[in-house]
Amino acid sequence: MNRFHFIIIGSVLTLFSSMVGLVLLPIRGLGNFEAAPDPETGELVPPPLSALEARGRDVYVSMGCMYCHSQQVHPPSVRTDIDRMWGERRTVPRDYMQQGVAQMGTMRTGPDLSNIGVRNPSQDWHLIHLYDPQTTSPGSIMPPYRFLFRTQPIGESGPSPDALRLVDEFAPPKGYEVVPTDDALALVAYLQSLKLSTYEVPEAARARYESKRQ
Amino acid sequence: MNPEHIARSRSERLAIDRAARWPVGVFIGSSIFWLLAGSLLALVASIKLHDPEFIADNPWFTFGRARSAHLNAMAYGWLSSAGIGIGLWLLSRLCRVPIEDHRSLTLSAVFWNFGNLVGVWGIMRGDSTSIEWLEYPAYAAPFLLASFAFVTLAAFNLVRRRAPGHIYISQWYVMAGFIWLPMLYFTAHGLLVLAPVQAPAQPPINWWYAHNALGLWFTPIGLAAAYYLIPKIIGKPIHSYYLSAIGFWSLAFFYAWNGMHHLIGGPFPAFMVTASVVASVMMFIPVITVAINHHMTMKGHFRYLIHSPTLRFVVFGAMSYTLVSIQGSTMAIRVVNEITHFTHYTVGHAHLGVYGFASMVFFGAIYYIMPRLLATEWPSRWLIRLHFWPCAIGIAIYFIGLSVGGWLQGLALNRTDAPFMEIMEATIPYLKSRSIAGILMTIGHLAFGVSFIWMILRRRAATSETGPTLFSLPPQSADST
Ligand code: HEC
Repeated sequence: MNRFHFIIIGSVLTLFSSMVGLVLLPIRGLGNFEAAPDPETGELVPPPLSALEARGRDVYVSMGCMYCHSQQVHPPSVRTDIDRMWGERRTVPRDYMQQGVAQMGTMRTGPDLSNIGVRNPSQDWHLIHLYDPQTTSPGSIMPPYRFLFRTQPIGESGPSPDALRLVDEFAPPKGYEVVPTDDALALVAYLQSLKLSTYEVPEAARARYESKRQ
Repeated sequence: MNPEHIARSRSERLAIDRAARWPVGVFIGSSIFWLLAGSLLALVASIKLHDPEFIADNPWFTFGRARSAHLNAMAYGWLSSAGIGIGLWLLSRLCRVPIEDHRSLTLSAVFWNFGNLVGVWGIMRGDSTSIEWLEYPAYAAPFLLASFAFVTLAAFNLVRRRAPGHIYISQWYVMAGFIWLPMLYFTAHGLLVLAPVQAPAQPPINWWYAHNALGLWFTPIGLAAAYYLIPKIIGKPIHSYYLSAIGFWSLAFFYAWNGMHHLIGGPFPAFMVTASVVASVMMFIPVITVAINHHMTMKGHFRYLIHSPTLRFVVFGAMSYTLVSIQGSTMAIRVVNEITHFTHYTVGHAHLGVYGFASMVFFGAIYYIMPRLLATEWPSRWLIRLHFWPCAIGIAIYFIGLSVGGWLQGLALNRTDAPFMEIMEATIPYLKSRSIAGILMTIGHLAFGVSFIWMILRRRAATSETGPTLFSLPPQSADST
């Protein structure tokens, strides 16, 4: 065996060792969760995403909301998420089992969204905010998602029921209305479904304990 | 060495460079195209972060996509193409055999570029996976993997036929990098994109991959180039063979375990995170050994920095490597991580690594390699200056701006009495400084691109007649760019 074999085999082995720790162990320990019955209602939690919510998740993934928004609530021993009302307890691995694509994120240019469906369940608010964040949050650096909406002439029978209530400089020209596309509606349904810290999974009691404000 | 010996090794080098001309030239040439495309995408994304109305109504350029298109264009288009080209050339030179499979390698360069084109297009049209560092949609991956398989095979072929003798540390690094990247990409792409594991298990695999793409791919190629070029240019052997060996094995062992430090505080078992925190702190060992080794080699020869463009870029990169690695180790420590995680501080750190270190070393290596491949000199020392200074000043502004801004952001996020909107607003001046830095760096890249195209177009008479393009003439003539 010459030196080069030694280097090549050594390189492969060192990488394999890390694969055991950071790939295989996570798959074993975090990759086989099952929904558990809620002790009070008996329903299985966390619930699966509906077809509409899953489509909304795909819009979220496609738009890359994750690059500004995290979806993980940390305990008070690490940072102030609980005080910021981003969740009533830290999130635990099982909370994410139905999500399909983990969108836990690594940036907080915008607020954490783990529990946005609890904090702000209003469909109207989310639609208007997505259309242009300046409407609800002047000065926000979140991009407007106007391309998820259609501006169309108001029909003979009057404004559509789902037309956005936009005022002042955000309002469309006279005789026009702004309506959400299916993608926008799905995205909002997904946001409304985000309640990751609320499920009574087996790990919830302990997570609540760890999340008590000191 | 007697004259006959010198003549033989000169003709041997000429044969090696002639065989490398097409494959290495195409990989490097296309890397510069991606550097420019990636710079424009970077500017778009950066400006959007303080001016959200900028190109707001075209979904192809929405922040989440422009940003990911930028990252992937830079990581796979610029850094990886350049890394493959530089790695193959180094290996061929150090194994002292010409590349045999230059046709299939040139073809694989075409495939590699096609894969990148499809990938960036896929992200922008809306098929991004939103998995960090793996945003290319599934249909782009086969091109990349197939192309890289050729590269790794060609590397094995060089090693198999190598001339007898000592194996230099750069050969270790290049060969290891050529083995690690396909293993990493294949595993992570398979488990996250093709047949995804359950969501809670995805982030550890994601960060195992993403951190190692830096640590076990860009870093080994960057270090290989630095280990080759610094001694070559100052004409003195590397300070210590043993330090290089320790540096290599400790890097291989500890870097691979670093990934979970991106997930501190998140919903993961504590022991996994702790393993990565420990490994990250242990990174002090490879970093300090490399730093000592390079510094002791350079000692007494710093005046070459005035003359040699290659050396100036490479030494800038080597110093950034020390700085960014020590910074990275500290960022894995919990008290620091509690402040820096989730903020722009991390983005500043990442750019000191991929730009201050990897890109700068690659620039230097390209300045060294291209004249040898084409037997032509760089057309203008002014263009090289116009490349170096805006890039050096740009990355300094970038790093300082985001480090200060991100640190303040992190401190404020951890206070309970700071409203979120105020924290966001306070970051805006720093985000603007980043756009200014980006404009400077893009100017430098344009100078690099013009220089490269001009060089190819005019193919001036051979090096031996005009001498290398140096910033200024050294006191005693050096023979390298
Ligand atoms: C450039 C970064 C950025 C991107 C990309 C981004 N956001 Fe935001 N987001 C913010 C900021 C900053 C705020 C806080 C100000 C505001 O309300 O607009 C915010 C606020 C929000 C809020 C309100 C949160 C709360 O606590 O009230 C929601 C919901 C939201 N974003 C959803 C999204 C969705 C969905 C996407 C993707 C389609 C997205 N964001 C993309 C930066 C971003």
